[in-house]
Amino acid sequence: MCLGIPGEIAEILSDPPELAMVDVSGVRRAINIGLLENEDLAPGDWVLIHVGFALSKIDEVEAAAALDFLKSIGEPYEDEIAALRESTIEQG
Amino acid sequence: MTPEHTTEHTTEHATAPAPGEAPGGEATALWAESAVREAGPRSRPTREDQVLQRIERARRGKARVREDLVTLAHGAGGKATHTLIEAVFLEAFRNPLLEPLGDGAVTGTLALTTDAYVVRPLFFPGGDIGDLAVNGTVNDLAMCGATPRYLSAGFILEEGFPIADLRRITASMAAAARAAGVWIVTGDTKVVENGKADGCYITTAGVGTLDRGATLSAASVTPGDAVIVSGPIGEHGMTIMLARGELDLEAHLTSDTAPLHDLTARLLSACGGPTGGPAGGAVRCLRDATRGGVATVLNELATASQVSIVLDENTIPIRPDVRGACELLGIDPLYVACEGRMIAVVAAGHADAALDALRAHPLGADAAIIGRAGDDPPGLVLLKTSFGGTRIVDLLVGDPLPRIC
Amino acid sequence: MRFVDEYRDAGRARALAAQMAELCRPGRAYKFMEVCGGHTHTIYKHGLEDYLPEAVSLIHGPGCPVCVIPMGRLDDAIHIAEQPDVIMTSFGDMMRVPGGRGSFLDAKARGADIRMVYSPLDALKIARQNPRKRVVFMAIGFETTAPSTAMTVLRAETEGIHNFSVFCNHVTIIPAIKAILDSPDLHLDGFIGPGHVSAVIGCRPYEFIAHTYGKPLVVTGFEPLDVLRSVYQILAQLAEGRSQVENQYARVVPWNGNAKALNVISRVMELRPYFEWRGLGSISHSALKMTEKYAAYDAERIFQIPGVRVADPKACQCGEVLKGVLKPWECKVFGTACTPETPIGTCMVSSEGACAAYYNFGRFSRERVKEATRR
Repeated sequence: MCLGIPGEIAEILSDPPELAMVDVSGVRRAINIGLLENEDLAPGDWVLIHVGFALSKIDEVEAAAALDFLKSIGEPYEDEIAALRESTIEQG
Repeated sequence: MTPEHTTEHTTEHATAPAPGEAPGGEATALWAESAVREAGPRSRPTREDQVLQRIERARRGKARVREDLVTLAHGAGGKATHTLIEAVFLEAFRNPLLEPLGDGAVTGTLALTTDAYVVRPLFFPGGDIGDLAVNGTVNDLAMCGATPRYLSAGFILEEGFPIADLRRITASMAAAARAAGVWIVTGDTKVVENGKADGCYITTAGVGTLDRGATLSAASVTPGDAVIVSGPIGEHGMTIMLARGELDLEAHLTSDTAPLHDLTARLLSACGGPTGGPAGGAVRCLRDATRGGVATVLNELATASQVSIVLDENTIPIRPDVRGACELLGIDPLYVACEGRMIAVVAAGHADAALDALRAHPLGADAAIIGRAGDDPPGLVLLKTSFGGTRIVDLLVGDPLPRIC
Repeated sequence: MRFVDEYRDAGRARALAAQMAELCRPGRAYKFMEVCGGHTHTIYKHGLEDYLPEAVSLIHGPGCPVCVIPMGRLDDAIHIAEQPDVIMTSFGDMMRVPGGRGSFLDAKARGADIRMVYSPLDALKIARQNPRKRVVFMAIGFETTAPSTAMTVLRAETEGIHNFSVFCNHVTIIPAIKAILDSPDLHLDGFIGPGHVSAVIGCRPYEFIAHTYGKPLVVTGFEPLDVLRSVYQILAQLAEGRSQVENQYARVVPWNGNAKALNVISRVMELRPYFEWRGLGSISHSALKMTEKYAAYDAERIFQIPGVRVADPKACQCGEVLKGVLKPWECKVFGTACTPETPIGTCMVSSEGACAAYYNFGRFSRERVKEATRR
């Protein structure tokens, strides 16, 4: 359960407390960051938004690692496809 | 509210009530129990095919309104609206001109349509209720292939509604009518007590003339036809949802409300039959994707023509901020209303000509071919997702509501 | 969109699909449960099943918080909504769910003031703006959502807002999974673990599933590549004879969860001895209620609720469908008494529930649908 969307902190608001303006593809909303009080959030950080609250700070190192894994298994396949395309062009 | 009124008390139940969990005792849901009783036991061993056949029979059966009261879902354009229209209005008014349930009725060289406008807030980025009331009816006529000529306007005003706001709305209507080349030639005004209306409701009816001889019908879509959308989808619906302010979302969205008669005229002229047939001969059908959005219109076309429609998600134009708001709220943009976008279904050989004609007009600059009609499975709208999968795009039951899960 | 579009790349999905196929042992069938309704949505929205090896089938689990609310609780909520001066507030997805006396939408049509909110904080805002009204928030959801409700109650306390209360229906995921694991007729090989619940509770609470029950569980994100990667990891565990808790969603889920979130839940709420789940029956310690200390914010204490338990009709076999023991069409009431217009059990409530999906599209095989899009 479950709808959580990543958004980028645009601004930490001072009044009322515990709020940050978060941007999702150009759409902005004030989000409560009270559940992340130990995270030392700043503009540019990404958080996961659920029902108006930031539930988690997105760990960019972990995100990059997960993508690296996906790329590592994706590349040989893409190379193959590229090779296949070239070979059909040559034949044509 | 009394227990007798709502639930039937029963002492017998298989599992013991959890301590402290049901202080009011136990009950059964009357409607669910009687549904089980009425349905009766399965007489033969369960077989998947029998179950599917029964569902199919229920599906084809007469539409039935189950609710005792009208709910908001009945006005949302999805399944509930269809059921209401078929079981109440069509049942009462049935005649050959009404039966196709198109955007308007066509008889001889005349097209006639009517639409009621309720919107909250009355003024929103990109327009107001006045723009909608003129453009919506102009568009319904344009979708019949007609040239819009005359409009009527009925106003239901709430006691205490500011005259300044009414002037603002009528100014918008006058400007929209000028832009669409129509006259508002007759009208009516009623005032209701404070609290009985949301400020201002408008009903417009429109008459148009069919000058091109094109026959457009939701039932004429043929396998192979191209499905074209005239621009980015979902802007009006998301603008309104955000403009209400309840969601506290900020975005630079504006409604797409616009008159489409010029766009349809150009499209019909560009798509004549190859052997000098009537102008627009290659255009099967035009629909503006209002309430219920693109998905609802396409489901109606697929059902009416008994074809499949296969969409390619990658080609569907959606502005990033519409997409952002939709992701945030868990809403599928395919179901979000547009007020200045249309779906055109065009014979395959004319798809490029149609696209060029649309793109040459400012309102169609971002037009795109988003899918094709096929023969199987009939009545179904499918989506090839950008991720490379497939899914079925069904009719919604009611409004697209923000989700949390 | 960042952290979204990167995980929707079809090329990588094809590569992952090829790797998954290699991990499947010939002749073996695999059944995995995606516990969370959000994953069901991802699978449906992106057409993920097209990438799964034929041997792998996914069972939709009980993790749709809207669908598992029993009819009696919804009737109680409607009863509260119909009291004088009450404004009931609810998330959008709850509005259409039918109880014994219809849905919130039906109650609204009868005259109740029921408003849709995006956040519990919006409900509090309504309370602030309407000091003469009693504003009730229909709190639903797993541990993902409970902290937000708890934070809102704490804020109401700080601001001294006294016309706000919570009708607490928060549920906990672990007892539900355990109930499924303990059923004798279960045939599951692994779990796609809930991602956003785990952002709060962390990964440790699942360890008994791997250790005691010997089933792999992979905590999983909600983009399509997240889910495929997770299926890949479960298959890899099975191929190597392992059963462990793994965290595929480390960009969002810390292994130990969110201590602050857990803390605010325990300040405001405590476990109920039992809670009824639509379709699954009564499960012990599977839901939260407001503590004595916050009685002033507890709608259950403020309002006289009927507290009537509306039994699911006995013929309803949702539990079996949820566990993957029965196919939807094998249920006694499927398609007759229980339809998407009149859903009896939880699997028919959401349009992505196993039964609703089968009712609407069972007549079209996946092969037929895929064939149609290929042409």
